[in-house]
Amino acid sequence: MSTYVLPFEKTIVELEKKLDELRSFSEDQDLDISSEITKLETKLEKERVSTYENLTAWQKVQMSRHPLRPYTRDYIHKITTKFIEIHGDRLFSDDQAIIGGFAYLDKQKVMILGTQKGRDTKSNLECNFGCPYPEGYRKALRLMKMANKFNVPIITLIDTPGAYPGIESEERHIAEAIAVNLREMFTFSVPIISVVIGEGGSGGALGIGVSNRILVLEHAYYSVISPEGCAAILWKDRSFAEDAAEALKLTAQHLKDSGLADGIIKEPLGGAHRDSDAVAAKMKSSILKHLAELQRMSSQELLEDRYNKFRAMGVFAETPPDESS
Amino acid sequence: MAFFGKRILSFRNRKKDTPGGLWDSCPSCKEMLYLKEMKEAQGVCTHCSHHFSLPREDRIAMFADAGSFEEWDGDLTSVDTLKFTGTASYTDKLAENLLKTGYKDAISCGKTRVGGFDVGLGVMDFKFLGASMGAVVGEKVTRLIERSTEARMPVLLVCASGGARMYEGLFSLMQMAKTSGALARHAKAGLPYIPILTHPTTAGVMASFATLGDVIIAEPEALIGFAGPRVIKETTQQDLPDGFQRSEFLIKHGLLDMIVHRHDLKQRVVDLLNFWMPESSQRPVPVDGPMGIKQEDVVEAPTKNTPAKRRKS
Repeated sequence: MSTYVLPFEKTIVELEKKLDELRSFSEDQDLDISSEITKLETKLEKERVSTYENLTAWQKVQMSRHPLRPYTRDYIHKITTKFIEIHGDRLFSDDQAIIGGFAYLDKQKVMILGTQKGRDTKSNLECNFGCPYPEGYRKALRLMKMANKFNVPIITLIDTPGAYPGIESEERHIAEAIAVNLREMFTFSVPIISVVIGEGGSGGALGIGVSNRILVLEHAYYSVISPEGCAAILWKDRSFAEDAAEALKLTAQHLKDSGLADGIIKEPLGGAHRDSDAVAAKMKSSILKHLAELQRMSSQELLEDRYNKFRAMGVFAETPPDESS
Repeated sequence: MAFFGKRILSFRNRKKDTPGGLWDSCPSCKEMLYLKEMKEAQGVCTHCSHHFSLPREDRIAMFADAGSFEEWDGDLTSVDTLKFTGTASYTDKLAENLLKTGYKDAISCGKTRVGGFDVGLGVMDFKFLGASMGAVVGEKVTRLIERSTEARMPVLLVCASGGARMYEGLFSLMQMAKTSGALARHAKAGLPYIPILTHPTTAGVMASFATLGDVIIAEPEALIGFAGPRVIKETTQQDLPDGFQRSEFLIKHGLLDMIVHRHDLKQRVVDLLNFWMPESSQRPVPVDGPMGIKQEDVVEAPTKNTPAKRRKS
């Protein structure tokens, strides 16, 4: 099914190949080897379950970057109707690394936007491999302000290695663009839901991620720094990315356990790309469920809810002054 | 750790801070510096005006009207919540930095008076784990802003940071949102916020409270940016322009409102507060206090020489 094999999928792919050979052999020779086939099928299924249900943090990072994985635009097409795309930040350009517009989720009107990766060289150059420039964040802000004006809930889909670390990004103040989004997203009185669908790369992800609900796909990750970046700094060697991924506790499961994520959207065995319709359907129903809850809140309650959510994030100790002398 | 008195540690630390003894050479102009003189000049090279990083007590003393600083949340301590598995344990790193600096984390916050105005002041300290932002820094900044909002006080944050604190994983990233949310409320209350960017201010702090000021002030020649220069060079395979990510570059590109010589900083802040704050909120400025810093020392230092003359052109 997939033409791109991750390192830990090799055994599975070999078994799949063998099974195919056996099947065609049986057809061509008109031989009954169904018991062998069943045996192999069972073995394959076992192997798939044991591999995919026990992915390590690093394997999940690899999965989240799988080139066949559905991207923001795929999900927009799969879960919404009548998508009206909105372009540009009205300041500098139309960054293709963040796309968005108005659409319907069933009958529910929403503003849906997200970071967009490319599938081939041409599209990757257009959207800069999913790394937004400052104008991407300013475009997102423009769209979200418009949604707030028309009282439409905001859905953000996150899939980026990070904001683009380039000369132009600095010249046009990418840090400021992200910071302003963080502040302004606390002022919108409509429900905001964000879904990490692939890579949740640091500030570049958070720049469209201040929401009332944070949902994470089963094999997506959300981290303060890429495992490679962390390895380069702490281990002084990028090849320790696997250790860094483990240490950073960046998987959907870790984030749910630590209260940073509100829900996990389950993926088909083998990852979202194996059945993108199924994962899109699950995502849609999860968004609608959370939206329905949020829509019972008043504007003021939504603002409080979002503030309190982020206000509570962070673990520290506080020694009372009388014990410290 | 309670038996480590803060005063003992900062004394020990101060001795360590002057490795060359009485004299050292300025990394910028290479001239020999009499360290006592340099310290009296608020950590500014007496020859070329190079701005050295300033110990946080000196930074507080530089802004606070004599004896007015009242520390908040000094007991907040970081926790190895991820049980971070790596080359060195986070707990060890924290202990090491406590010993090095005499402080429990990378920021000191409190209420103080600046030119007679009550102000919420935060001072980041690059010596403590690169002034990286974890839950303690995020919480202290947020509390500072929240209390200042409640008390209708301006906020002044002296920024320096290498970014988010990796050891705390996504929790550290979320401090960017937390602090920005508090600033949204502070801004809505119509209160002034001034971040002062010192060398170096980067990454997660830069992409949150450091760039959300009504005016953004920087010290001369500070490195200020989102990504580090090395990362940018590696990613883009391009040569970086001259003076890239320095204060002077950023004011040209429209991010900063002003670059202010350290000797003029307090006065500039007071000028802004005078403009923004109601006259009725200003109290008389005391002359002396337990900080041991006479107010006129702080204010008059810049008037001995005009900073413009001493600054490198």
